[in-house]
Amino acid sequence: MIKRLFASVREYKSASILSPLFVVCEVILEVIIPLLMANLIDYGIYKNDMSYILKTGVTLVVCCIVSLTFGALAGKFAAKAAAGFAKNLRKDMYYNVQNFFFSNIDKFSTSSLVTRLTTDVANVQNAYMMIVRTAFRSPAMIIFSLVMAFRINSEIAAILLGVVPILLIGFLLIFSHAHPLFEKVFKTYDKLNNVVGENLHGIRVVKSFVREDYEDKKFKNISKEIYDLFIKAEKIIIFNMPLMQFVIYMSMILISWFSSRLIVSAHNDPALGMTTGQFTSMFAYLMQMLMNLMMLSMIFMMVIISRASMERIDEVLTEESDIKNDKDPIMEVKDGSVKFENVSFSYNGGEKYCLSDVDINIRSGETIGVIGGTGSSKSSLVQLIPRLYDATKGRVLVGGEDVRRYDLETLRNEVAMVLQKNVLFSGTIKENLRWGNPDASDEELVRVCKLAQADDFIEKFPDKYDTYIEQGGTNVSGGQKQRICIARALLKKPKILILDDSTSAVDTKTDALIRKAFAEEIPDTTKFIIAQRISSVEDADKVIVLDGGKVNGFGTPAELMKSNKIYREVYESQVKGGKDDE
Amino acid sequence: MMSKSKSKNKAKTKPANEEKLRSDSKSKTEGKPEAKDRSDPGASEKVSPAGKDPVKKQESDSPNGNMPPKHQMPKIDGTTVKRLLSYIFSNYKGRFFLVLVCILISSVVNVIGSMFLKVLIDSYIMPLVEQVSPDFTELTKALITMACIYACGISAAYLYQRLMITISQGILKRVRDDMFEHMQTLPIGYFDTHTHGDIMSYYTNDTDTLRQMISQSIPQVFNSVITIIAVFCGMLYTSWYLTIVVLLFVIVQMFVVKTVGGRSGKYFIGQQHSLGKVNGYIEEMITGQKVVKVFCHEKAAKEDFDKLNEELYESAYNANQFANMLMPIMMNIGNLQYVVVAIVGAVLALSGKGGVITVGAIVSFLQLSKSFSAPIGQVSQQFNSIVMALAGAQRIFSLMDEKSEVDDGYVTLVNAKREGENLVECEERTGLWAWKHPHGDGTTTYTELKGDVRLFDVDFGYVPEKIVLHNVTIYAEPGQKVAFVGATGAGKTTITNLINRFYDIADGKIRYDGININKIKKADLRRSLGMVLQETNLFTGTIMDNIRYGKLDATDEECIAAAKLANADDFISRLPDGYNTMIDGTGGSLSQGQRQLLSIARAAVADPPVMILDEATSSIDTRTETLVTKGMDSLMHGRTVFVIAHRLSTVKNSDVIMVLELGTIIERGSHKQLISEKGKYYQLYTGAFELE
Repeated sequence: MIKRLFASVREYKSASILSPLFVVCEVILEVIIPLLMANLIDYGIYKNDMSYILKTGVTLVVCCIVSLTFGALAGKFAAKAAAGFAKNLRKDMYYNVQNFFFSNIDKFSTSSLVTRLTTDVANVQNAYMMIVRTAFRSPAMIIFSLVMAFRINSEIAAILLGVVPILLIGFLLIFSHAHPLFEKVFKTYDKLNNVVGENLHGIRVVKSFVREDYEDKKFKNISKEIYDLFIKAEKIIIFNMPLMQFVIYMSMILISWFSSRLIVSAHNDPALGMTTGQFTSMFAYLMQMLMNLMMLSMIFMMVIISRASMERIDEVLTEESDIKNDKDPIMEVKDGSVKFENVSFSYNGGEKYCLSDVDINIRSGETIGVIGGTGSSKSSLVQLIPRLYDATKGRVLVGGEDVRRYDLETLRNEVAMVLQKNVLFSGTIKENLRWGNPDASDEELVRVCKLAQADDFIEKFPDKYDTYIEQGGTNVSGGQKQRICIARALLKKPKILILDDSTSAVDTKTDALIRKAFAEEIPDTTKFIIAQRISSVEDADKVIVLDGGKVNGFGTPAELMKSNKIYREVYESQVKGGKDDE
Repeated sequence: MMSKSKSKNKAKTKPANEEKLRSDSKSKTEGKPEAKDRSDPGASEKVSPAGKDPVKKQESDSPNGNMPPKHQMPKIDGTTVKRLLSYIFSNYKGRFFLVLVCILISSVVNVIGSMFLKVLIDSYIMPLVEQVSPDFTELTKALITMACIYACGISAAYLYQRLMITISQGILKRVRDDMFEHMQTLPIGYFDTHTHGDIMSYYTNDTDTLRQMISQSIPQVFNSVITIIAVFCGMLYTSWYLTIVVLLFVIVQMFVVKTVGGRSGKYFIGQQHSLGKVNGYIEEMITGQKVVKVFCHEKAAKEDFDKLNEELYESAYNANQFANMLMPIMMNIGNLQYVVVAIVGAVLALSGKGGVITVGAIVSFLQLSKSFSAPIGQVSQQFNSIVMALAGAQRIFSLMDEKSEVDDGYVTLVNAKREGENLVECEERTGLWAWKHPHGDGTTTYTELKGDVRLFDVDFGYVPEKIVLHNVTIYAEPGQKVAFVGATGAGKTTITNLINRFYDIADGKIRYDGININKIKKADLRRSLGMVLQETNLFTGTIMDNIRYGKLDATDEECIAAAKLANADDFISRLPDGYNTMIDGTGGSLSQGQRQLLSIARAAVADPPVMILDEATSSIDTRTETLVTKGMDSLMHGRTVFVIAHRLSTVKNSDVIMVLELGTIIERGSHKQLISEKGKYYQLYTGAFELE
């Protein structure tokens, strides 16, 4: 998984390598600096040697500047590497999502995809920056500190070596115990936020059922749960500091004890053994080493935590599109005929079919109405035609060929579909319409809008076709939105046009006008009209009545009126009692 | 995400070291974008569907004008601090004091630790070096003493952290609980005028910054301040000349933090901005992904994305670049300071100026100066998070300061039974309810709950300047079905909002069974009204739980009966787990129609005398609707029902239909009457007008 993710580093590989390189250079200097400082004290200040002080001082200043430069460069490249990695990750995921099919999209929810592309990537970006800089820095620092300490005095340096495992094991124990608890804490936090969210959405329900106290209890229980869990987790985590302090103080005392004996026996003469200056440096190395050990353990934690994010990203990256283009695709759709051959379909490929044994033959140019109750799989049926999903069993044929044989883009350009949950994008009406055909002329736009009965109201907008549509199309009414969506689909000049309950918010009169325009202007296009309103399908050539995923009736409206109970029921509920609704 | 910052911050609590500064500045700079990220997508993930604009769904005549500006950074005033402190002191006074003492011990031990070296060298090792036969007993004693002091320090550190956990978590729990409890009492108007995302962030971001402040910033600042004072005194005592040199460097450091940090901060804002753009684009595109596919629009979608993504990369790169540079710069300024102090010290010692400065003094001063700049950096960094936390606290308090729903009602709803002519209050559930009306003269009358609702000349506006209902008069007798028809914004939902007192009328009168509804306790009033709304809000739990929401002590049989009544039983029993199927608040696994059936069942189990159906069947197909209506007809039997519907077929069989336009009833009558009048209703009915 990690390998797959790192494949996205790409052009930022050099930055990812340069940064640790600079870090190592910086570390070398940082280790040399205390050494020079020790010399400054031992040979300069104690010996009152002004020229030595100045000489070493200048060297130190140079070292500082070089170290600063390396440090800054390392930081710069780390930022570049991490930001670039994040950019590529986002890009790879987004591109892969573009290859997704409906079934893939259904698998991840929209919100989860958005989180993966944003929050999770940010997590990985931060972890990556840490890794590029600190993951090299800390081990390098620890090693160099140890080396220097050993150079001063190997016996005392052995103490440093001795405390490392104590600290490491301690940290690991603490983190490994606390981590699962924190995971739980944050799951519980999600629960709490969920309760708040549900209350905000459903405040009217809560208030009208007078359930304030009930919700309050619910909230407080979870709140208490968080309190308990948090305390439990933090109780473990706080051992960090005492452990660290214990190790520092213990090593200080041990080093002091052994060093003072060595210094005394050497009479503080560098030639004979240990000096006070070296003793001071030893302390500095001790601190450096321990601090870096702590940093290392923090990185370790970060990686563990960002693992969850990495997994979530990886899921998107490795998600393979369920629908693939044929190797040798057909590039042309002959006509608008559609044939379902024993088609059964289930969303997850399982045994529970939501469409079963559909066997229907539709000639090119026919207008087909589809009716049925909620959950009768009307949408599922028509979504098989542009291959938004693949049939689980049986075949769907368009223009006499299996849809799986077509080039996807060719097929979808010939089969235009106006989805039930339709979306307009932020941009002008023109821009939205041109989704159907980027090269369409303005006259062409007006023509299709007239067909979809959208021209009238668009012309009434102050900016006409340049009216800006807000995200989600919130600034046009439902009926207007639907008509723009229909116009957008018409712009494709498709051989098959599918309207999935696309005129539900349009009044009956306009609805009738749209159908009339279709019949007159695009008579050769096969039209599928899914509708709740019986009036919408009344003048169709044929009507498919679906019930529980099965074809309950298929025939002309007149035939169905006679033979089909469901059709008659719907008809009577809407027409007999009062002509039509709305 | 939170766990990261959590454990990261926890892991680095060891103070007074350069490395500390390093890890701090890191967590600070990285912490910024994190904290933001967490709130935004999180909020949009859960809250956005209705959070986008609750007002819109609620008929657009709700107020938009008095919405406070989003995420404003309020000025911190003293009261916020005082209130926050009162949370600490009301419960944890003793413990908090103990914490302060422990911190004091811990930091003093720390300072002693950094002075220890000098003492050890000057007072113990150097004299021993001179001796011919060194006696180590004194040194041993000194080391043992140090060990004891250190042990005290460690215990104190542990103790204060342990205490701090209880204090900070306790306070947070109280803040959370108080906030939620208070939120529940707020009037509907509050929820209509504040976006859910904003309210949500009180619980997530603001409490989180508060947690960080209480558990980390406060102890750390206290710790640092003590260290600074101790070290500063030590330095002054050793040499005030050298102290000036150190102070100069502190000024340089602060200047660098300000310039580099400020630059990085500017880019961070830019990063947030482009992040917002990318997030927005991703959200829009992924929401419309199916449309993108249908139109083979992938290529264009990729191109646009690449552009935004590149922008984000640029700003993220710049922001982090400067943040990353800050660390090595600060550290090396520290090193430079060391060198300069050494040189100046040596010059002073050699020239004999600047009072008596010994070699030992220079060495110990160097040690001291090293542990001086670190805590200063810490304080300046903590300052930011404290300001942020206080701003968060202020927002939380502002929620708590929102006025609760006022309820002066004294008429209550009680179980009753008939004794002859009179109604008598009783404990057990009789199915018969009565309004218990205590009067000023000490007598109490009981009125049977029937469901007679009358509005007299009601005027109403969500904001006083904009009246949205004019002179509305409605009589709904028990058992009658009253329908409201009209365009969006005509005021249909508003009328129902007034009956259950989600909002209070400006003028006129509303009577319920002859009682002015202002006299009825809100809880009892609402209990007597069943609501089924267009937007079905279910709660995480089983289907059974959700139905039982209508009546908490309902038996399983009652719930199932209610489900049958609403024609929901059919689909529920087809679910794999039947009534025990778990659903979440968004009811993702259920279709819109199924959710609506559930909410009808929920209202059915409550068995109220008056029902309000606000577009309850608009998302159900007509055939299912016929089934639902059948169920509802039996549910409506003997009840007063207010129906708001988009589909006229739903309201056709109502006793009275009110056609509303711009807050005024323009037509009223039965279906037949209105059709024969050939007015607006007739036009709507024949499809000449759109309702949108």
